Amino acid sequence: MTAAADASSPAVAPARAANGWSSAQIWGAILVAPYVVVFFAFVVYPVLYAFWLAHEPESYRKLAADPIFFRSYANTLIFLVVAINLKMAVALLLSGFFTIPRWWIKALTVLFILPWAVPSIPTILSVRFMLNPEWGVINQTIFRLTFQDGPNWLNEPWLALFFAMMVHIWKSLPFWTLILLSGRLAIAKDLYEAASVDGANRWQQFRFVTWPSIAQLYLTCLLLSTIWTLGDFNSVYLLTGGGPADLTHVLATLGIRYLRLAEVDMSMATIVTALPLILPLVYFMMKRLSR
Amino acid sequence: MSAQSEEKVSIAGDAKLLLIAIPLVIWTLLPLYNMLLFALSNKQSVFAGHLWPAEPTLRNFGIVLRADHHHLEHFWTQFGNSALVAAATGAITLLIATFAAFAISRLRVRGGRTVLNMALFTYFIPAAFLAVPMYRTMGLYGLLGSKWALILAMVAIASPYAIWVLKQASDKLPLELDEAAVVDGASPVQLFRMVYLPLMGPSLVAVGIYALLLAWNEYLYAFLLLTNDTSFTLPVALGNFLAADDSPWELLMTTGLIYALPPAAVYYAFRRYMVSGLTAGAVKS
Repeated sequence: MTAAADASSPAVAPARAANGWSSAQIWGAILVAPYVVVFFAFVVYPVLYAFWLAHEPESYRKLAADPIFFRSYANTLIFLVVAINLKMAVALLLSGFFTIPRWWIKALTVLFILPWAVPSIPTILSVRFMLNPEWGVINQTIFRLTFQDGPNWLNEPWLALFFAMMVHIWKSLPFWTLILLSGRLAIAKDLYEAASVDGANRWQQFRFVTWPSIAQLYLTCLLLSTIWTLGDFNSVYLLTGGGPADLTHVLATLGIRYLRLAEVDMSMATIVTALPLILPLVYFMMKRLSR
Repeated sequence: MSAQSEEKVSIAGDAKLLLIAIPLVIWTLLPLYNMLLFALSNKQSVFAGHLWPAEPTLRNFGIVLRADHHHLEHFWTQFGNSALVAAATGAITLLIATFAAFAISRLRVRGGRTVLNMALFTYFIPAAFLAVPMYRTMGLYGLLGSKWALILAMVAIASPYAIWVLKQASDKLPLELDEAAVVDGASPVQLFRMVYLPLMGPSLVAVGIYALLLAWNEYLYAFLLLTNDTSFTLPVALGNFLAADDSPWELLMTTGLIYALPPAAVYYAFRRYMVSGLTAGAVKS
């Protein structure tokens, strides 16, 4: 064995060099190594470990017996469908608004990006205070105008979920608007000129020039936003804490709830049940981006 | 159409634009304004519900900056923790991602495509779903409670996107540059230092700042991975305010405002790089 290895090694070494183990390849391997180490230590290992912790069928039986789980799943789907489509539709409209050539609209862009530029924790807490039934600015205003007490906003599960969506939209709308804006600005001006010479009105210009040019981008944004929204923990957790009565949890916060209840296996099982939502999206995005 | 009537049309048009602009400004500023209102109010007038405090005061800022409240005892330590975690995440991510992007894009290292796909795959895992596994893993590594746990977790989350953006930018540099340098006898290291780094400047800035802000703003991982008052970053401390019954809301909002200022300032200072450098890579249709 050793002899054979010894005998073959002189032949192997030049063969390797011929295969391209040049100094560029060696340096290349050294330079990607740190990332590969990080990837295996802090992504692959945790993911495999999660699957191992989630392999007991018992965890899923417990999950299925927990009404909070189904409520959270439903909340997640509602959150995704409503919040994302609303956000992207508004972003599409606003990106059109921001293409209008006025100095003050350009200045407004700078202000408009603020929610994206500031951290979300203090702003979400600020919204939470605004919605406080007794001393929040909203109910104070309602009282001043109508002499009636306003509703206890965050104590109604559907209202609370609605406000969590609003917080999510408030935070991420500027980002998607800017992306769609850059898509719109990349469209050649003469296309619009040609269209208006042909007598196209505003809607027709959008329908036949703008939309065909940015439809692909819009779809990519929609998918990417879905993935990120699935992982949006802050909007729900910091606004409602999952309450009232654990009725506003989404999958991202439910995992943490189980962790706090010291039910790690259920926490991991929750993540596994989210995979049917995530994996098709990831597959699709990988195909789109890694061409 | 005369110039005068054109003017009228544009004024009427601008008035219509204001119908979009005004609600947009209110929507954008309302939570931030509410935060400022709290920060400028004294304890008695906080809940009066005025649109502007009767006697605006900077007292709250003084209290926070002097750490003069039992909720704020560790304010400066926590501020320092946030800064340290952000700076370390930015630096390490930048280093790792620059190396990886150079190896994949310029040296065409074998398996580079696979590494890039691994990175993309990580980028598409919602961060909240990786949090619990990461928490357990950090426990196994014995890092739980240490700032390194948070830094390494943030590096793992930030570097995929960083590699992706840098690889895109690097692919745009002409290959002839490398060929010329190699003909002149440049080693890969010299290629990296003398050709790659100088030309990648703007993208490196964008990526470094991206990782820095990501870490400064992170709440979930910080609150899972850090365990005591003196190792917390600011957002965890802010979240913990809520747990107490006697929380001084005006101080919470003041601290929040102080915490929000540095990233906003950094973002605006480097906005030029951020918008062109990151949006281009974020969504490539």
